[in-house]
Amino acid sequence: MDTMPRWADVALIPLLNLLIAFVLSGLVILAIGENPIEAVETMITGALGSTYGWGYTLYYTTNFLFTGLAVSVAFHARLFNIGGEGQATLGGLGVALACLSVNWPHWLVALPVALTAAALFGAAWALIPAYFQAKRGSHIVITTIMFNFIGAALLNYMLVNVLKPAGQMEPASGNFPPGASLPTFQDIFAFTGGTLFRGAPANITFFIGVAACFLVWWLIWHTRLGYAIRSFGQSEPAAVYAGISPVKITVIAMLISGALAGAMAINNVMGEAERLVLNSVEGAGFIGIAVALMGRSHPFGVFLAALLFGFLYQGGAELSLWTSIPRELVIVVQALVILFTGALDNMVRMPVERMFIAARLARAEAKRAKPAEAAE
Amino acid sequence: MTGGGQNTGRAETAAPAIELKGISKAFGPVQANKNISIRVQPGSIHGIIGENGAGKSTLMSILYGFYKADAGEIFIKGRKTEIPNSEAAIAAGIGMVFQHFKLVQNFTVLENVVLGAEDGALLRPSLAKARDELRSLADEYELRIDPDAVIDEIGVGMQQRVEILKALYREAEILILDEPTGVLTPAEADHLFRILRGLKDQGKTIILITHKLREIMEVTDTVSVMRRGEMTATVKTAETSPEQLAELMVGRKVLLRVDKKPATPGGTVLEVENLKVRDHAGVERLKGVSLTVRAGEILGIAGVAGNGQSELLQVLGGIAHGTGSVRLNGTELDLTGRFSDGRSRRAKGIAHVPEDRQHLGLIMDFAAWENVAFGYQGDPAYNPTPWRIDNAAIRADCAGKMERFDVRPPNPLLAAKNFSGGNQQKIVLAREIERNPELLLIGQPTRGVDIGAIEFIHQRIVQLRDTGKAILLVSVELDEIMSLSDRIAVMFDGRIMGERLPGETDERELGLLMAGMDSAPGNGRPALETVGGGH
Repeated sequence: MDTMPRWADVALIPLLNLLIAFVLSGLVILAIGENPIEAVETMITGALGSTYGWGYTLYYTTNFLFTGLAVSVAFHARLFNIGGEGQATLGGLGVALACLSVNWPHWLVALPVALTAAALFGAAWALIPAYFQAKRGSHIVITTIMFNFIGAALLNYMLVNVLKPAGQMEPASGNFPPGASLPTFQDIFAFTGGTLFRGAPANITFFIGVAACFLVWWLIWHTRLGYAIRSFGQSEPAAVYAGISPVKITVIAMLISGALAGAMAINNVMGEAERLVLNSVEGAGFIGIAVALMGRSHPFGVFLAALLFGFLYQGGAELSLWTSIPRELVIVVQALVILFTGALDNMVRMPVERMFIAARLARAEAKRAKPAEAAE
Repeated sequence: MTGGGQNTGRAETAAPAIELKGISKAFGPVQANKNISIRVQPGSIHGIIGENGAGKSTLMSILYGFYKADAGEIFIKGRKTEIPNSEAAIAAGIGMVFQHFKLVQNFTVLENVVLGAEDGALLRPSLAKARDELRSLADEYELRIDPDAVIDEIGVGMQQRVEILKALYREAEILILDEPTGVLTPAEADHLFRILRGLKDQGKTIILITHKLREIMEVTDTVSVMRRGEMTATVKTAETSPEQLAELMVGRKVLLRVDKKPATPGGTVLEVENLKVRDHAGVERLKGVSLTVRAGEILGIAGVAGNGQSELLQVLGGIAHGTGSVRLNGTELDLTGRFSDGRSRRAKGIAHVPEDRQHLGLIMDFAAWENVAFGYQGDPAYNPTPWRIDNAAIRADCAGKMERFDVRPPNPLLAAKNFSGGNQQKIVLAREIERNPELLLIGQPTRGVDIGAIEFIHQRIVQLRDTGKAILLVSVELDEIMSLSDRIAVMFDGRIMGERLPGETDERELGLLMAGMDSAPGNGRPALETVGGGH
């Protein structure tokens, strides 16, 4: 028997982890002489109090959805892809090249091409570490970290030497043609009168992200490939016994993972900036790791975790804007959330498990006692 | 359900060497030991027998201070003793020889014996003292060993002797041996039993934990039977029989012999010629194996674990690569390259029940139904489209297989790790046998499987044979090989030492072959003495 009911595993434990992280964060805020209650209020109103706030929260959420799913797919094959940052960077490059190549007539035409380019570039960036892992045993954690740096340097080079329009000082590409502009939430909800989501960057990519969640769920649990990926992730020797090729699965899982991370660029490059700038990914690749950990590599969990981190990002920005709490403290809060939901998961899990076992034993005891009483 | 002479070992002399009173221990919801009481007389060999998971090892771990009992008391030589850790156990005069030796591989025998029992910061005086001590122990107990041999370079029988010497060096009066013969050849086991009798004669008390009835009958004075965490009986060995013990272990009557008709072999199915396999380190594990298996026949491969049987199964099952020639029904099989994998083997009609079902045959965290598709995930019945896998169809198939193979509980949604060893094996067996393969490779079919399930598994294997399929059986259990096989091949050091018919050989002859010796007359008994120190 499993030690815990499923709801405790997927809901109770993450919530307890979060609670501890928030309480500790509150103590830190207290320690620097600020009011934690006020801080929470600022974060909530800033991130969720208006459609504008929601527009930012959902924009960040979309980024984290893609990178979180990317890490999750690799996790299922027990591959720790921490190269989401680099893959998303390359995805951005792909989007920029696609968007700048033609004067697009309409976003509906541009989107599939840009999405394909983003996914292909991201996948290509994951392919090299994957190949070395599969064939040579070079550890994927090391190689993907290296490829994050190489990716950043490559972007730098491309922006400075290739994509920067003549005469421009800033290392950034030119603006994308108007036909490549994705509808934002403001555009989508324009029929309500035009005041909803005004000025917020959330765009149609959010729905692509949600669709990606379903797609990944279907892939992992309803396809033969997903079955092979999970088998390989559980046990490589067993996969070999079952005739599943470790080389093939390592490469395919990483390609899918890289493609998902690359696809994030549709949101931040095409949907928001509408041009390619330096450091466009802004750490979303790394947040994806925390999102996948917290979401237990399940697309639904990833969605909730991405939403939480979207809230933390937007709420944190508001915090530094409206209070004297320094911006760095937001990073502390995020770090605590990552620490407790990811690294220190067992600290909460073990006592809760013991609790459930004790409760079950007590129930069994009571059941045994009852017939005995009846007999008397 | 209990045997006739329960607790007959009582009150012969004043204080028992060990007395346990009401020991209980639970791991989470699992009650590993329930209110166990036992008395062991000094200067006797006391066997504890039970199926895997009956709680024998837990009980001994409590005695050795690895676990703390939830309830109960321990008395050593009549004195109540707390044993919170292994140092306390050693101080109380208890020595333990584990199933898996705890030796430093690149230390010498002497260094291993001294390790943890040094007299001071300087090693030289301790070593010198230990050397003298070992010499006298060797004379006293027939435990001769070269103190300067490196553990790496001596055989398992010798390594076990080192473990015993370690305990004696720490002045153990009570010696616990946990499944000591699992890694030994029959000859090495015989030698071990001689040593144990010698120790007994010197007044030591020995507790022997095993699941092999034969050993209990051969060497013990009294025997306690455990079942599902409870001590079901303690009887004098002389007053019991293997059948009675088996019944006590399982709780019902058990067929110890497999009921089977003589084989009616057909044409050759598997032909292996000069098969060689190297492991990752480049060491040759199979050194030119040739054998054939015919339709409707079980070829049993006997041998001590680690003599190439695993590699043979792996290369035939598409897990390892090799050179040589393997033909299935006359068609050559690839031994390297992309068509030498498990999928290609299955496509050709080879099913494989691997030796290590927990690491190869099953994915422990997968549900039973997911494991039923394992290796056959490409089966059209499971794949309505090239991409989609039909979970509902697999679940339905799993439910059917569970019913036909009496898997308990018959719940396809339960994770493999939550089934007992026997039921896990039934899941693997159902998956492989119901493919109706031309050739079934089966390794250690009943390792870690309770006696009740062993019967069932053996019957299924024989049934498959009777439908005219070829079966290659690998097992380290000689009894299993003897009772199941239609022909027996013995492996030693990557080679087939010889083939015998089960009716025309005995355990002694097979044991000699397993130890790498020809069983020709004049080459028998005297050579036996050197086996322990061999290779």
